[in-house]
Amino acid sequence: MIRFTLNGKPVQVDVPGRMPLLWVLRDVLGATGTKFGCGAGLCGACTVHLGGQAIRSCLTDVGSVEGQAVTTIEGLAKGKLHVLQEAWLELDVSQCGYCQPGQLMSAAALLEAKPHPTDAEIDEALSGNLCRCGTYPRIRAAVRRAAGTAG
Amino acid sequence: MTVTRRQFLKVGAAVGGGLLVEIHAPGLARAGSAEAGGAFAPNAFLRIASDGITFICPEVEMGQGIHTGLAMLVAEELEVGLEAMRVVASPAARAYDNPENQLQLTGGSASVKAGFESMRLAGATARDMLRSAASRRWGVPFAECVASNGAIVHAATGKRATYGELADEAARSGVPRRPRIRTEGFRIIGKPLRRVDARPKIDGSGVFGIDVQLPGMLVAAVVRCPVPGGTVKGFDAAPVKAMPGIVDVVRIPSGVAVLARDTWSARNGADALRVTWDEGANAGLDSASLLASYRAAAAGEGKGVRSDGDVAKALAGAARRLEASYHAPFLAHATLEPQNATAHVTGGRCEVWAPTQAPGVAKEIARQITDLGSDEIVIHTTLVGGGFGRRLAQDYVAEAIWCAKAAGKPVKVAWSREDDFHHDVYRPAALHVMRGGLAADGAPVAWEHKVVTQSIMKQFAPDVVAATLPFWVPTGVKRTAGSVASFFMGRADDAAFEGADAVPYAVPNLSVRFIAQDPGVPVGFWRSVGHSHTAFAVESFVDELAHAAGKDPYLFRQALLTGAPRNRAVLDLAASKAGWRTPLPPGRFRGIAQHASFDSFAAAVVEVEVKGKAILPRRVVVALDCGLAVNPNLVAAQLEGSVVFGLGAALKQEITWKKGRVEQSNFNDFDLLRIDECPSIETHLVPGNGAPTGVGEPGVPPVAPALANAVFAATGQRLRSLPLRLSGA
Repeated sequence: MIRFTLNGKPVQVDVPGRMPLLWVLRDVLGATGTKFGCGAGLCGACTVHLGGQAIRSCLTDVGSVEGQAVTTIEGLAKGKLHVLQEAWLELDVSQCGYCQPGQLMSAAALLEAKPHPTDAEIDEALSGNLCRCGTYPRIRAAVRRAAGTAG
Repeated sequence: MTVTRRQFLKVGAAVGGGLLVEIHAPGLARAGSAEAGGAFAPNAFLRIASDGITFICPEVEMGQGIHTGLAMLVAEELEVGLEAMRVVASPAARAYDNPENQLQLTGGSASVKAGFESMRLAGATARDMLRSAASRRWGVPFAECVASNGAIVHAATGKRATYGELADEAARSGVPRRPRIRTEGFRIIGKPLRRVDARPKIDGSGVFGIDVQLPGMLVAAVVRCPVPGGTVKGFDAAPVKAMPGIVDVVRIPSGVAVLARDTWSARNGADALRVTWDEGANAGLDSASLLASYRAAAAGEGKGVRSDGDVAKALAGAARRLEASYHAPFLAHATLEPQNATAHVTGGRCEVWAPTQAPGVAKEIARQITDLGSDEIVIHTTLVGGGFGRRLAQDYVAEAIWCAKAAGKPVKVAWSREDDFHHDVYRPAALHVMRGGLAADGAPVAWEHKVVTQSIMKQFAPDVVAATLPFWVPTGVKRTAGSVASFFMGRADDAAFEGADAVPYAVPNLSVRFIAQDPGVPVGFWRSVGHSHTAFAVESFVDELAHAAGKDPYLFRQALLTGAPRNRAVLDLAASKAGWRTPLPPGRFRGIAQHASFDSFAAAVVEVEVKGKAILPRRVVVALDCGLAVNPNLVAAQLEGSVVFGLGAALKQEITWKKGRVEQSNFNDFDLLRIDECPSIETHLVPGNGAPTGVGEPGVPPVAPALANAVFAATGQRLRSLPLRLSGA
């Protein structure tokens, strides 16, 4: 039995420790907001927070998160929407929307570490998150807006 | 467009009868003309009840914003705000066929164009039925009953009733013969409104196909022959069946499916499964030899698709002749949500949940596999994690149905990213061989273009044609009809050369020929289809002619577009907004291109820096004339996305074949443009009042040639092969 906290709530799962956290979240715990895109840490669709850090859940064995705090897109809003989610809505960032949970989790970890990132820091922090629809210009603008640095 | 009204009225007239059977499809919230709860369904697209207004959108939302765009058209005439409309995906039923293509299929940048009149008529019909109900209830003239903000009001008596209050009576009103629709003074159309589907996409609650979970559901990973068309010779199921989480290993027409309790177990089982293959006729597929065979084929004549004047004579007499060939590779769609579908097939019923662009074709596929009737097959279209044409093919839907039939339980077929790259229906590779002649004054006098590529329709037509036939037509007949159609469409397949045949430049002697090749690669529709490679050839070659003539590439094009005012207008708009005549900072260079597609006109100016071999786009200015822009906010988003899509392909992407296999497997060797590579993008619309035309695709074609032309300006290297790669340091 592997125990960790998911979005503030204790959970326990009876699965092999080698099972990637992504599939535990999606198939075992039914938290499908975290997406599968590549299975190889190349696209960022599966990004979640582990102890506040952005990690790729497709490459993270669930056994390694024992006792730790995992936050997914379902837990990003705490009572009210995260300032990034508000900015995403205001600027209509999403197109198909599939990559956006991962984009938001990477952006949230960035703002946690650097509340006022430069454009280069935004690009760097999000360069591991692919978007096939091409929402990058609006993602940049929304992160800037959320960081209070919008021109 | 002229047929739209008639088709709609045909649909409207059927509403009281047969059509309701379609919208009573199981799984959809019940909608009837007069149901117990007092709901009112004036047509297949609307349900009005005391709890609100539901718009059953006939087109698939895959990020392009069509749920918002079509809802705006309905709301415009229904006299409600966009926020009053709840938008849901339609079930698969002929009532939701796109009037342009006679299929329930979202593609070809045709949704707003096709729905511009029919959706407004849907709103207007409901509005007038509600007005009629109020008129009868109050005993006042119909003309005095005014629809306003979700209610009918009668000014003289001060009476007011909401749509919900009138729904029950409205359901018994006759369908108005010819409801009036606005031709100007729009309330909603043309406003940059926010999209209706945004919230579930930012909080994790949206349900994409891959997120579907059903009680007792198994997950399948399918092992397919790495060579297209190859078949299973044998496999050893026993060791895989003994693995944890595995339920069964079954043979299906596309390969061998490993059924498991969860995705990870299914994947592990598929990785461990040993299958021997008969690789079949395509085992020798090889990109280098394929290109060589295309080059050899280019010596042939093929089929003429346009001929103006006498090209041979004009070339012979030209003061200066140019010859160049351009190559575009196979490309994958790489939707970020890998292909997947879920099906449940029980005795007399087949239910499918799929991220599909073509619910109507999915239903036809389900019918072919199960032999069930129309009422017994239900297609649920989920959120779609990117389309770009990939989800017009229904191969993954077929797999889910095969697996569900075999398992007797709900099954989700889940593709890996590697599956997705290895078993796509690729953008066809193309070779363009061009010759041009200039007069002594630099004016182009001859243009010869040979397009050597593969037919898409030849592969797609069988299923698509079958989907257009009535449901009761026997499968065998449909297959025959489809094969016959595909044979002819393969011969005259304008998706192969579209854009090349419509060169807008004033060249008196012009010849375009299509030389069809069939190397056996599975091919499909990829955002902007034939235009994605023809524009690269045409707009690169016209740039070469401009430089050979010693002319500015923008002014050279402009002078040749006197007979094509809309092409010229977008070219001018892009050039002006980009500041074409103003000098650039040191190290920065520009390229320009224009291209018309899907009845719209687009132009791009790309600014680039070159560092070593690295091509770094810094700024892209794109202009579009799409007639009336129903929602400029969403049109801008589509243009931004088109630029990113076009740059990714131009800089990074190709699918290559070796020993019958695709060499690329994941985003490490088929990468998308990343945010740190994304230039600043500015979008501009030509103000238009005409009927709306395509938006989702027309922004893509000019991007690659504008970039290549900028690289030439920067380096003097004319890159004629995609993706663009500089030689030397």
